Amino acid sequence: MVSAAISAIPLEQAIWAALDEVHDPEIPTISIVDLGVVGTVEVAPGRIRVAILPTFVGCPAVDLMCAAVEDQLRGFAPQVQARVSFAETWTSDRITPRGRRHLRESGFAPPAPLGEPDGRSDLMSPLLPVAQCPYCGSADTTLANAFGPTLCRAIYHCAECQQPFEQFKTI
Amino acid sequence: MIGSPDGRPRTRQTIARDVPEFDVHDLDQPTRAALAELLVTIADDEFVLGFWDSEWTGIAPMLEEDVAFSSLAQDEIGHARVLYEMIARLTGGDADDIAFGRPAEAYRHCRLVDHPRTDWAFSVCRRWLYDLADSIRLSALARSSFRPLADVVAKIRREETYHLMHMDAWMRRLASSGLDSRVRAKEALDTLWVDASTPFARLPDEALLIAAGILEGPLDGLADRHRDMATDFLRELDLQPLGAPSGTGGRQRPPVSTSFAWLWNEFTMVRRQDETATW
Repeated sequence: MVSAAISAIPLEQAIWAALDEVHDPEIPTISIVDLGVVGTVEVAPGRIRVAILPTFVGCPAVDLMCAAVEDQLRGFAPQVQARVSFAETWTSDRITPRGRRHLRESGFAPPAPLGEPDGRSDLMSPLLPVAQCPYCGSADTTLANAFGPTLCRAIYHCAECQQPFEQFKTI
Repeated sequence: MIGSPDGRPRTRQTIARDVPEFDVHDLDQPTRAALAELLVTIADDEFVLGFWDSEWTGIAPMLEEDVAFSSLAQDEIGHARVLYEMIARLTGGDADDIAFGRPAEAYRHCRLVDHPRTDWAFSVCRRWLYDLADSIRLSALARSSFRPLADVVAKIRREETYHLMHMDAWMRRLASSGLDSRVRAKEALDTLWVDASTPFARLPDEALLIAAGILEGPLDGLADRHRDMATDFLRELDLQPLGAPSGTGGRQRPPVSTSFAWLWNEFTMVRRQDETATW
């Protein structure tokens, strides 16, 4: 029905706008929409389902995200469900340009773009351990530890301004 | 035996939220049981290795490695968790019961992860051998006809890239950091090599999984690739181990090893204090 289709569009937009106010529990300067972890939003009469795509399978923040999404959308439908989904794979390329800017502004280097799959491991792109210093902008940086304070963060050192900094992992 | 004791309430609300959704009736009962068996072997490998490696938290040789090894362990336990949740959905059980509620005899991890953490070189060599095996196993599972598994595996494989990169670097470091480090690495490899193929142990009902396209072929068909890749790399480092992998048999069966009995006691300790507690 045309009328239903027309009225459904603003509702979905309103839901996405509401989701954009939910922030990552570990890096609160970035919204979950900009982080790319909101997969699909399904709207049915009386019911909304949101698929959350974890950045890492073992991400301990994912329960908090689901709970925050359900709280945030409670006013939109009597039944709101946020579920973890792997039907789409979250990759660091899902972070939006605005999300990357917000990461930089809060002292995190955004992830490098993903490359082509690697022949040896047949797993993922070759990892380019590169990051631009979020403080001084220098590219003269070295990977200090691919494993940082949370699963999704790596630690770098900037040779230019001598600062250690974190990067949201390329994955 | 997988499943929860009769009538036990679910203790954690978060479990239901995290179960990737799928319809268990897509599969007939015997295939479902065989799939649960496959998943529990993989999950137990990840879970047990994750707990062994978490033993290094706070005492790794340097601060950076403390963080890194703990992250690797956390990744593995995260992978185990999502697989236990999938099993719970297949069998009607509860993921926490499967993870923490089984007696030690019921765990099905492979012999490669049935060694204690020992010294640093040993833990590095074991994790390197395991990560290489895991990446090959995951590569096969990524093509599984069981979509929920293939989807999760696609995600896990991206994390494994970091594991392998990290462990390759550590192997090179052990091989090039003086005599003591080389001797320890060599001793560790000599001990572990015999168990190197055990992550590919054949399962009793594998034929059902192959018929359903859940597995492409027999698991032990992957062992040669693992052995060849490991051998090439170790030859390059001049760390060829003695002997040969003794075949793929050897998932945990009673009697439970002394080291696993100790580990089981550790990781079930909190739950055994109060099985209905929520945290």
